[in-house]
Amino acid sequence: MTDTSKQKTALILGGRSDIGRAIAHRFAADGYTVALAARNADSLETDKADIALRYNVPVSLHELDVLDTAKMPQFVDGLGMLPDVVVSVVGLLGDQAENETDLEKATRVMRSNYEGPALLLGIFANLFEQRGSGTLVGVSSVAGDRGRAANYVYGSAKAGFTAFLSGLRNRLAGKGVHVVTIKPGFVRTQMTEGMKLPAPLTAAPEEVAEATLKAVRKKQSTVYTRPVWLLIMFIIRHLPEPIFKKMKA
Amino acid sequence: MKLSGWGRFPVVECHIAAPRNQDDLIRLAQSRPLIARGNGRSYGDSSLNSQLTLDMRHMNHMLAFDNETGQLTAEAGVLLSDIIDTFLPRGWFPAVTPGTKFVTVGGMIASDVHGKNHHKDGSFGSFLDWIEILTADGEVQRCSRNQNADLFEWTLGGMGLTGVILKAAFRLRPVESGWIRQTTVSAANLAEAIDIFEASGSSTYSVAWIDCLSSGPSLGRSLVYLGEHAALTDLPPEKLKAPFETPRKRKLNVPLDAPGFALNRWTVKAFNAVYYKAGHSKSGTQLVDWDTYFYPLDAILDWNRIYGRKGFAQFQCVIPLAQSKAGMQALLKAISAAGQGSFLSVLKRFGPQDSRFSFPMEGYTLALDFPVNRRSLDLMDKLDKITLAHGGRFYLAKDARLKADTLALSDTRVSQFREMRKSTQAAETFSSAQSDRLAL
Repeated sequence: MTDTSKQKTALILGGRSDIGRAIAHRFAADGYTVALAARNADSLETDKADIALRYNVPVSLHELDVLDTAKMPQFVDGLGMLPDVVVSVVGLLGDQAENETDLEKATRVMRSNYEGPALLLGIFANLFEQRGSGTLVGVSSVAGDRGRAANYVYGSAKAGFTAFLSGLRNRLAGKGVHVVTIKPGFVRTQMTEGMKLPAPLTAAPEEVAEATLKAVRKKQSTVYTRPVWLLIMFIIRHLPEPIFKKMKA
Repeated sequence: MKLSGWGRFPVVECHIAAPRNQDDLIRLAQSRPLIARGNGRSYGDSSLNSQLTLDMRHMNHMLAFDNETGQLTAEAGVLLSDIIDTFLPRGWFPAVTPGTKFVTVGGMIASDVHGKNHHKDGSFGSFLDWIEILTADGEVQRCSRNQNADLFEWTLGGMGLTGVILKAAFRLRPVESGWIRQTTVSAANLAEAIDIFEASGSSTYSVAWIDCLSSGPSLGRSLVYLGEHAALTDLPPEKLKAPFETPRKRKLNVPLDAPGFALNRWTVKAFNAVYYKAGHSKSGTQLVDWDTYFYPLDAILDWNRIYGRKGFAQFQCVIPLAQSKAGMQALLKAISAAGQGSFLSVLKRFGPQDSRFSFPMEGYTLALDFPVNRRSLDLMDKLDKITLAHGGRFYLAKDARLKADTLALSDTRVSQFREMRKSTQAAETFSSAQSDRLAL
């Protein structure tokens, strides 16, 4: 193993999800020390063993509930180090129909996709700014590009998160801190299991992970993991409202 | 969702669930009957259950590795390709590997796979220390040769029909490089090929590609490939610097299903003739990288599509040593006469193996593949009969079309396997389209 003091560290917020796991593997393969944060972090022991064994890098687990904003400073202090890269993969799709009538469920979706990840990345942003280096990555969604009937509660929270990341990037430009927004289209994960997704538009979690590492290396700002999504979302964003209304997308 | 094995025949509409951890899995497995599926590389219908097929590919954590013994503990969904990627650079290689690296640990146990070194080292089971398995009673049990030995032995080669394999510990072998010292010997006919095998018992690896469309005095002409892991002293200076680094091969893809007429007796015959001549002229010893030596077909992703939309069926049998020459001769004659050549016909010597339900026994094994059509299915029925007449048996990991009574006639162990399944409630809990077809 190489000298660990020189090894870069990537912290994955939401390390249990399929995309989070793929990102952890990709960064570990690139030589990063990996820190996984999630609820019930103890249950990620198998992931810890797996990543350490495959890539010969140190792996640590950290308990995190992104809805518990009061405990966020404590979480950051408890890491015992300041990572070089923080990736937020936190998110909750929820059920659109339920979200339309159940305030508690809608709140949970809004807070999980926007408030939690944005506030936590905000804390790291300040620390990175003081240090003068670091990369923040937010995995947002194409659903945030335009509110659609099918998933606008989730989409609106992702839109907020996308705007937050954009503002953060704007603020930290020239201060040595880079901010990446990843917008995966459809991804084959536990979250989308059982949905009929069109194969050419659907990425594997490993593709999102590859795109994330590349964006960090090349300091890209906004990345659609499959380029075709750039075109699709360009069209969707620019459809005139009278037409869009009739589509009930 | 429509599912099939690697041969793309048959296709079955299956309900699929993909557990992420053991708790998930135990909860999902309350719905019965079910079968576990790894990476879908068995050829036929072994990993298909319309009511519940458990996709085990997310249960793919490596858990521990012992640098002294080479023992790896891993979940059932771990791919062999990942094991090689991880441990070859550290000087370890699978002790037994099938002809593709895109198989899971669970699949290798369920099929008790063999490799080109069976005559020397036996099957995957020879290197298996223990298994953890979810059985019909809903309990997770650890089994080994000393603990729950019955369960261990039935599970090895048990086609997933004793329970859901969750994790296992097995040993890798130490190697000094990622290179294989390959010696190619050409054999003008079957008798010569068998003589070469019998004289090469001390070679670690041996396998023959056989031209199954040749006939008359050249019936069974073959290229026998012998191999040894190259030691550091075998490597030229430029490879010595990084002995585990081998060229990364560009992956080719088969983007479309080939039309049905692309493979016919003339194209296959021409291919076989050219291949034999090319191999014959290259006889001798050379260094080959591990990927090319063990997994030539893995370089062509989706190679199963060259057989067209209807898919293909594999036939693999083993004939006991005393009857091997006569049996193989009869099989090859039937194939040659039918003109149903197969691109990939492989002949291999098995060493002795005594197990509850695994495929290998001492003798010779022949593996062939055919596009699925009436004529080749008829031919395979004939090959079944020839196999039976010579005391042989069939490899279930390849099978998509065998009949229950043929299987029972070929193998006295089948009735014991059925009884075990009944008495342990495994019969009503774990089943596949194959186990239904074969009344297992």
